[in-house]
Amino acid sequence: MIIIKTKKDIPASEITDPSVFKNRRQIIKTTLAVMLTGGANWSTLANSTLPVWANLPQSPLSNDSLTVTPSEITKNHTNYYEFSFNKKEATSFAQNLVTDPWSVEISGEVEKPGSYHLEDILGQQTLQEYVYRLRCVEAWSMVIPWVGFPLASLLKMVKPLSTARFVKFTAVYQPQTMPKQLANEMLKWPYVEGLRIDEAMHPLTILAVGMYGESLPKQNGAPLRLVVPWKYGFKSIKAIVKIELIKKAPITTWNKFAPNDYGFYSNVNPAVAHPRWSQYSERQLGSSFFTPRRQTELFNGYGNQVASLYSGMDLRHFF
Amino acid sequence: MTFRFNNLYSLTLAVCLMPLLGLLIDIAFDNLGPNPIQALHIRLGDWSLRFLWLTLAITPLQTVTKWRGMTEYRQMLGLYAFFYATLHVLAYLLVDHALVWSVIGVDIIESQYIWFGVLAYTIIFSLALTSPKWSKKRMGKNWKKLHRFIYLAAGAAIIHYYWQLKGNMAEPFFYLVMIFILLGFRVLVWVKNRQLARLMIPTGKKVLVLAEIQVMSEIIREQQVNETERLDKPGTQHQHI
Repeated sequence: MIIIKTKKDIPASEITDPSVFKNRRQIIKTTLAVMLTGGANWSTLANSTLPVWANLPQSPLSNDSLTVTPSEITKNHTNYYEFSFNKKEATSFAQNLVTDPWSVEISGEVEKPGSYHLEDILGQQTLQEYVYRLRCVEAWSMVIPWVGFPLASLLKMVKPLSTARFVKFTAVYQPQTMPKQLANEMLKWPYVEGLRIDEAMHPLTILAVGMYGESLPKQNGAPLRLVVPWKYGFKSIKAIVKIELIKKAPITTWNKFAPNDYGFYSNVNPAVAHPRWSQYSERQLGSSFFTPRRQTELFNGYGNQVASLYSGMDLRHFF
Repeated sequence: MTFRFNNLYSLTLAVCLMPLLGLLIDIAFDNLGPNPIQALHIRLGDWSLRFLWLTLAITPLQTVTKWRGMTEYRQMLGLYAFFYATLHVLAYLLVDHALVWSVIGVDIIESQYIWFGVLAYTIIFSLALTSPKWSKKRMGKNWKKLHRFIYLAAGAAIIHYYWQLKGNMAEPFFYLVMIFILLGFRVLVWVKNRQLARLMIPTGKKVLVLAEIQVMSEIIREQQVNETERLDKPGTQHQHI
């Protein structure tokens, strides 16, 4: 059913200059220290990170024509149900997350399974800036300049076997800092998301470590998150600790919680309404009062690149 | 429309405008957070719901405290619920959608939670329209029948609120509990009144009063009979009492 596509146009991994690398770590630490002491006020938090990557090359997949959402909005408008069901509270509580040290376990249908330190992973990757639109299932959207690298280039590093059909991502389980995990509330923790292998290998699919030229704020998924721009935001799992290549489709968190509301694919599609609300239009965050809503595009506007992944599929059925 | 103005009434009238003032200040100082339009919807919707609840709380309060004359406050609070609901609807149409009817149309058709909002607003609108005292007089018994629909409006408003949430249910649950308490109180009063009415027949005052009337009429008849006997010759005329 699914054919693994191998992309030739992915740039080869390069080793970052050791002195730059060392310096960057120091900057990340300083940044995190500043963030920890930052208050809960949303405008204070917004200004608490320091620039890390000043002149990063733009990915050719990056969309220059989009107007980037102000970073104070992106940093203060994020769902993180492990911390709170309220966005403001989640942003505040997320500052307690322990992100150092961080390693990612890669296992399953791969030739080189193992636990990799984040620094080691980053040392093998070339970071680029990707300006993508993020469309939330709650009918709002933002344009975010992510700093990251293609997921495909990480997966190639561990050499997937031909039996790998799906990729399962697991987020961190840290109940001592995550109140909703501690209380075992609402969703089944830890948070799990998944992609079909061809979706995971698609060049648009990236793993992000930063945004707006800075390291990722904790509330936005530090230190490592997935970004799949043609799917609803909840597919782009935060704080990843495990990546498994598997044979069967994984059971994903929101799909398990409400299978009629949130499908496995969850591709952005204005024609398929959520059972309780329309997905036809979206509020672009940062737009002023009396500005009309934006009409949502199929695949969030990335149809040219990704529509072929779903040719012949009934998108209403596989929503 | 006649209002009995006094200090407390004027004060209440002013206090109920405070949420709007607070909202305007927050708009002016850009205090509504990263999604100000959604915050605006939530703020106005919340206040409409709260005023609806306060309106529903007046009758039980009157019954419990035996205070009278709170009808005017009930009317005022109800009209404030309508006022904030109207601002909520206007914010949706103007601030959020800038009157782009093609998008508004699809949004309303596809969003089930909005259907309940439309139902609630339609009811509250018709209640506000028939709120003046002359309207109450003209409608007679139908007024009460129509205004009982406030319960349907309250139920629809909760579903409207609940249905648009992705998961967090604490606040709508609180409102749901509130409406059950307020409705439950009325059911209790109704049941109690029925029981009292039934008890009234064998032991209540009605029986006593009937007996009194009988005794009285007996006395009157005797008096009248005596009087006629005194005035007329016995057996000459038939007595009518």
